[in-house]
Amino acid sequence: MSPQTKQVLRVGKAQLDLLEELTNANGVSGNEIEIREIIRKKVAPFADEIKVDGMGNLLVIKHAKKPNAIKVMLDAHMDEVGFMIVEEDGDGLYEFEHVGGGDERQFVSKPVSVGSQKLPGVIGSKPIHLASEDEMNAVISQQGMRIDLGPAGKGKAKRGDYAAYATKFIRSGDAIFAKALDNRLGCATLIELLKTAPEHIELLAAFTVQEEIGLRGAKVAAYDFYPQMAIAVDSTPAFDFERPDGNENTEYNCKLGGGPAIYIADRGTLSDPRLIRFLTQVAEENKINYQYRQPGGGGTDAGALHLTRGGIPSVSVSVPGRYAHTAVMLARISDWQDTLNLLQQALAAWTPEILSGDRA
Amino acid sequence: MKTLLKKLTETASPSGYESAIREVIRAEISSLSTNIKVDALGNLIVTMGKKTDNGLRVMIAAHMDEIGVIVSYVEKTGLVRFSNLGTILPQYLAGSRVVFLNGARGVINHDLPDDLHKIMPLNKHFIDVGATSDKDCLLKIGDVGVIDRSFVDLGKRVSAKSMDDRVACAVMIETMKKIKNNPHELVFVFSTQEEVQCKGATTAAYEIEPDLGIALDVTPSLDILGIKMQVDLGKGPAIKVRDMGMLSDPRVVSWMESTAKKNKIAYQLEVLDVGTTDAKVMQISKAGLPSGALSIPCRYVHSPSEVVDMDDVQATVNLLSALLNNPISL
Repeated sequence: MSPQTKQVLRVGKAQLDLLEELTNANGVSGNEIEIREIIRKKVAPFADEIKVDGMGNLLVIKHAKKPNAIKVMLDAHMDEVGFMIVEEDGDGLYEFEHVGGGDERQFVSKPVSVGSQKLPGVIGSKPIHLASEDEMNAVISQQGMRIDLGPAGKGKAKRGDYAAYATKFIRSGDAIFAKALDNRLGCATLIELLKTAPEHIELLAAFTVQEEIGLRGAKVAAYDFYPQMAIAVDSTPAFDFERPDGNENTEYNCKLGGGPAIYIADRGTLSDPRLIRFLTQVAEENKINYQYRQPGGGGTDAGALHLTRGGIPSVSVSVPGRYAHTAVMLARISDWQDTLNLLQQALAAWTPEILSGDRA
Repeated sequence: MKTLLKKLTETASPSGYESAIREVIRAEISSLSTNIKVDALGNLIVTMGKKTDNGLRVMIAAHMDEIGVIVSYVEKTGLVRFSNLGTILPQYLAGSRVVFLNGARGVINHDLPDDLHKIMPLNKHFIDVGATSDKDCLLKIGDVGVIDRSFVDLGKRVSAKSMDDRVACAVMIETMKKIKNNPHELVFVFSTQEEVQCKGATTAAYEIEPDLGIALDVTPSLDILGIKMQVDLGKGPAIKVRDMGMLSDPRVVSWMESTAKKNKIAYQLEVLDVGTTDAKVMQISKAGLPSGALSIPCRYVHSPSEVVDMDDVQATVNLLSALLNNPISL
C-alpha cells in the first residue's frame, strides 16, 4: 500500500468533543458505571458484539471479514484516580481515603464531585493564616483534610461513596487541560480505532476497570479474549522540564510533542521486542513522530495482559501527559493524533509473520 | 561440566532478551527430545517421555535469563544512563564492564559522591562506551546489556557472572542426559524473565498443567560470614523448605530428603529470607500443584563474580536424576 492511499486520522472537533465528554465524566476505580455507559453508546454503532463482564470491563468485538483472522486485543483502562468517603463529621464535612495512586501533596483545595448525585465539594484544610512554621514546611496529611460539601451536603454522602476531581475540559491551541486524561485518551483512541478497524483482523477492544489499583480488570479481560497479541493504550507521565541546576534532564520519562511513547520496559512488563520493532518500523515508514518511553518504573495493563494463560505478546503505547494523577493533566492534540495514526497504521499493516520468529 | 558452564555463563541474555542463551541451550539438548517448543514468552520447553499409569507430569524449571542493564538516556557528553533488568546491586557496579547485545562495550562508573562511604544509587551511575558525544554513541534508549565477565576456573570451585541461574541450566542439561526408562512425562523448562518476577514460568506452568513442580536455582551462601540459616558451599544441594515467595510442599521436601539419603548424597535444608524461585508461580498455577526446589549454593549472588562449588553442582545432578528416574509417591 502506498502512503497516498493510507487513511490518515485527524483529531478534529468530533474527536475533541468525544474526549471532552469522556474526561468530564466520572469513573473512579471500582465505580466505572458512568464512563462505561458513555463508551458503550459511542461504540454501539461500530461494534459487532458488546458485553460487560463480571468485573465491569466493557468488552467490544469488531469481527474480521475473513475466517481464521488473527485476534488482536487493544486495551484501555476506563478508571481514574479519585477518592472515597469514609465518615461524615457533621456539617457537610467528610473524612475520605484516596483510591488509586493519589498524590497527597496536591489533594488540598481541589474541587471534587461526590457520589452519583455529583454533589459539589472541595478538599479543604487549614489555611496559611493559621499554619505554624512546621506545618508550612510539611505535606498536609490526608487526615488533616476534609471533603467539604457545605451545609447542603449534610447527610447527603455516605461511607463508600466515590468522589472524583471536578475539573472541566479546556482546549487551548494544541494543548488539552483535563482531569483523567489518564486514561480517557486511551479510551478515546480505542473508540476511534473501532470505527476504522481493518478487515483482516479480529479486533478485541477492552475498556477495563481498576487499572489504577493493580491492573485487576485487564487480567480477566485478557483471560476472556485470549488474543494472539495485545496492545495497552494509556497515558504516561511527561516530566520534561528544564532542570533547575541547568544540568541535562536525564529522567523525564517522555516528552510532550515527542509523539506516542512506545514502552520497552517498565516495572511490570518487558515489552515483546518483536512488537517494539514492528511499531518502530510502522512509525518510520509512515513518518509518524514517536518516542521510546524511558525504561524504568511505572506500569500499564500490559503487566497483566502478557502473563495471561499461556502468555500473550504485549506492548504498551501511551500518549504523553504532564501532571498525571492530579486534578489537571496537560496533553497535546498532536501527540494524540500521532498515537491514533501509529496504532491505525499498525493494525492495517499487521500480519501473523510479525510474531512467527522467536521472541528476542 | 566446566566447559558447559563456561559456555552458558559467557552468553549474554538478560531478562526478556533470552534468544542467545536459548540457542546455546537448544544446541546442547536438541538430540535428547523430539518435542521441543518455544512459547509466547520465549520459554524453551523440552518434553521427555510419556506419562504412564504410575508416573506424573513433572515440570522442572531453571531460568535462563540473567540480570542486566537497559539504556534510559544518552547524555550530550556521550555518557549513558541506564535502568535495571532484575535486581542489579549498585555496590558491584563501579569499575564493572558491560557488553550490549548490539556488540557495544563499556565501563560503569558513577557521579561524584557526596559521601565516599555511601553506596551510590543506580541512577547516579553511567556507562562510558568511549563516545565523545551523543552523536557518536553506539547506544540508544532501550538497548540492553549484561555484565562483561569471563568464566574463571578456581579448581574445586568456579566463578562467573550469571551462575544465577546458568549453573542450574547446566544441571538440568546434564540431568536430561541421564534420563532413561522413567515412568514420567518430564517437561524441562528453560524459563525466561525469572529475574523480573518469574514471568516465564507463570505462563509455562499454565500451558503444561504439571502434577508436580520443581525449580532449580541458586541460593545465597554466606558461609564465609557464618550467618545462621544460610547454606554452606560444598555441603551439597539445598532442599528448599521455604523462601519469601513459597513454602515448599512438605511431601516434596521429604521425598527429596529420603531420595538423597537413599542415594547417599549429602544435602542441606534451605530456609531463605530473601528472594524466591519459579516454584512460587508453579505452586499456585491454575488449581495448584505440589512444588519444591533444589538450590545450588552460590556465593556473591547478583555480583559480577558468583562462585559455586563443582561438587555441589555434580551432587545436584545426581540427586535430580535419582528423583526423576524413579516412581514418585508423595
